[in-house]
Amino acid sequence: MESARFDFVIGIGGAAGQGIATPGNILARTFVRRGLHLCAYNAHQSIIRGGHILLALRVAEHEIHSHGDNLDLLLCLNQDTMNRHLRHMRPGTWVLFNSDDIVPGDAAEGVHMCPMPVKALTNDSRNKVIQNTVALGAIVSILGLDFATLEAALQRELGRKGKEVVEENVQAARGGFDHAQAHFPSLDRPVPTGAKPLAVWSGNEALAMGGAAAGVRFYCAYPMSPSTGILHWMAANARDLGIMVRQAEDELAVANMTIGAAHAGCRAMCATSGGGFALMTEAIGMAGMMEVPVVFINVQRAGPSTGVPTKTEQGDLWQALGASQGDYERFIVAPKNALDAFNTIPELFNLVDKCQCPGILLSDLLISEGTFSVDPDAINMFPPIDRGELITQPRSADGANGADTNGYLRYQDTETGISPRALPGLEGYVYVAATDEHDEDGVLISDEFTNPHKRRKMVEKRARKLQHVAKEVPPPALEGPADAEVTLVGWGSTYGVIKEAIDQLKERGVTANHLPIKWIIPFHSEEVSAILNKAKRVIVVENNYSGQFARYLRSETGFAAHGHIRKYDGEPFMPHHIVEGVLAQLAGETTRFVPEHEFIV
Amino acid sequence: MAVPTKSEAGRREGTVIQLTAKDFKGKVNPDWCPGCGDFGVLNSVQRAVAELGLRPHEILTVSGIGCSSNFPGFFNAYGMHTLHGRALAVATGAKLANHELTVIVTGGDGDGYGIGGNHFMHAARRNIDLTYIVMNNQIYGLTTGQLSPTSREGMKTKSSPFGSVELPINPLLISIMAGATFVARGFSGDGKHLVELIKQAIQHRGFAHIDVFSPCVTFNHDNTYPFFRERVKRLEDEGHDPSDWKAACEKAMVWGDTIYTGLFFRSEGRATLEEKEPVLAQGGPLAYRPLGLSQEQAQKLLQRMM
Repeated sequence: MESARFDFVIGIGGAAGQGIATPGNILARTFVRRGLHLCAYNAHQSIIRGGHILLALRVAEHEIHSHGDNLDLLLCLNQDTMNRHLRHMRPGTWVLFNSDDIVPGDAAEGVHMCPMPVKALTNDSRNKVIQNTVALGAIVSILGLDFATLEAALQRELGRKGKEVVEENVQAARGGFDHAQAHFPSLDRPVPTGAKPLAVWSGNEALAMGGAAAGVRFYCAYPMSPSTGILHWMAANARDLGIMVRQAEDELAVANMTIGAAHAGCRAMCATSGGGFALMTEAIGMAGMMEVPVVFINVQRAGPSTGVPTKTEQGDLWQALGASQGDYERFIVAPKNALDAFNTIPELFNLVDKCQCPGILLSDLLISEGTFSVDPDAINMFPPIDRGELITQPRSADGANGADTNGYLRYQDTETGISPRALPGLEGYVYVAATDEHDEDGVLISDEFTNPHKRRKMVEKRARKLQHVAKEVPPPALEGPADAEVTLVGWGSTYGVIKEAIDQLKERGVTANHLPIKWIIPFHSEEVSAILNKAKRVIVVENNYSGQFARYLRSETGFAAHGHIRKYDGEPFMPHHIVEGVLAQLAGETTRFVPEHEFIV
Repeated sequence: MAVPTKSEAGRREGTVIQLTAKDFKGKVNPDWCPGCGDFGVLNSVQRAVAELGLRPHEILTVSGIGCSSNFPGFFNAYGMHTLHGRALAVATGAKLANHELTVIVTGGDGDGYGIGGNHFMHAARRNIDLTYIVMNNQIYGLTTGQLSPTSREGMKTKSSPFGSVELPINPLLISIMAGATFVARGFSGDGKHLVELIKQAIQHRGFAHIDVFSPCVTFNHDNTYPFFRERVKRLEDEGHDPSDWKAACEKAMVWGDTIYTGLFFRSEGRATLEEKEPVLAQGGPLAYRPLGLSQEQAQKLLQRMM
């Protein structure tokens, strides 16, 4: 915590199963209720018990956009954490540990080593996770917060486990609090209070809630990290919200069921991660051919194949661009953070409904499994809903037999390319939707001897509707001074970390601006070209090895970036990585900077 | 979106005209090979839905890929001609979105028991109210004659010139074991019987599976009309009790000089997926419900985040 503003990062390290989430949640809720801003990232392994986890929980009085660069306080729940992370602690920081079990390492001078004799403080409690509660008491004391706040938080978090559990924990927390008051140095100034209480959510919760606000009535998934949080939220809220939630047998079923539900009229959505998305791609093309509005979420993780299931990457851009065979219309969007993810879902549903095509949303583990504060007033639970050209009223079937379709053309070749859509079940509009190429009436032309005219007409009709609707998507805008020395281009989740890196660069005397890209399709080639052609030095920042976005940018604009900052070790960027990359490139050392991830390992 | 549901407006006021099988004739004539068993199935479905008094807009047919999967194009109703093997998954989504639709899934043995085998098992397990009609010709027809999952061991095809070394699967046993509540077998050459089976299947609440012998006259020279005519015996004539699960399994295993058709197994006791789904109990079809959150729902969600 170096700046004048309150900005503090708590690291909690231990093994899976040691109960890291509970103290993390209690601290997070305590801070956001106080009106402080929060950004947390949980670095973990694909192990249910054991392994190593480091939860970095950053809290500040001002808006923050990443989990930061350093730790100010480290809570070691096991020896492993002490061994791994003590070297990261700078003078003036705190290291808490259970002195019954953990042997402290050699700390840098000025690090406050804070041993907690947990057994003595808890009357020999045999509760294995009681050290976490003792530590919570100590942390609250070090931060100069009052104990009543923590007591209330424990009550809230543990209340459902019964009075006895709450009492045991309150006592343990009190033990930690009093011990810290007597033995540990505390923060040299009070923790501020924000303007108003904030809320807290994860990116996956934001995506799920965005679906609920958009009117999703059918959600289907196969569990796959890091997208599973969306399924959990949907399942927990399904009955209250009237959402049909299904866990299907595989991602093929997920994608096809979702399209079936969407075709029958529901706003329908599904989510998965890399490998699951690969399985879904044939169906996405089906939605393109049948003109079904439907939303697919791919929460990217480190690939290829099974890859690193609990690590982050922006490696599926070309998979999304190439999802399914053939040319077809789709939207692809990569929101920049959790709130943007929430807002993007209803926006995307409106677009796909108007365009009658699939939409793909690219999130990643950084956004989806991250925990963030959010201003509750910034969450618009009632976004506008536009279902496009939907026929909702039945009409009398003509003819004596009542079976006619009145000449309804499901795939009518209109000027905009958009053909008014009737839902199955409606009288007077009977048609067949086919994945084979078809004519305006849905009848297959794939089996005709040769009909280049009809095929071309239908390809152009579908293309036209995207062009028509794409106009509604806003182009990206440059953030920061137009004449900056460096223009940083990022897409999706790198938004926050680039934003913070730019502030740090300013402190180092480098002016930089930021062109964040959210919409991949439609891509605003002209606007982006205009901005980049005026820029002095363009550096593309992305969390993958090959520069997937840089390649896409070049394919769409002809613009070859001057430099690149890339990371592909499974962990997200920290702001200082980007600062170092920019400085190295300004010094002419490299045009492709790959930071060393020294921290969370 | 105020869309009237079937119960509200779908059945319009006025004279209800009894439709005939002809009214369910699609926009195009089937392009199946002359003599294909699938003609018999198509005719039987058309007769069955007409006799049940259904109207085209109340029906959704869903198919995958293959000769038999062209069915929706030849049938006058809402239809979806989807991807190879995925018809049951698509149909499940559509049925859950609008459970007032009568959803009939059609396809072949390769589509349903091969590439779509996993969905077949799970659709049966869910007991979703679908009617699944498989035109089983024991061969891959549209790709010009290769092995299918139901081809007999030793069968010589273009992909097994020295004879298949794999056992055929028994689709009836699979669906009975997986939990289907209506399992039957028909023969395309016995239309009258097939119409009755289809009518019962559509009326059955739950997953109804009908495997239909539908000879491929072009590529399968083993399982021909005469082959089946010599062997097929109706279970009804044997006094089989379809509520007897064990007897159903035993009859499904019979393959030789006698091959049974008819209703093997029917269980009326199990609730369907739709009946068990609390969200559907809240009202009409999901597809027609208003979108967006209520003030109360939104407040509750926000409060939980604080």
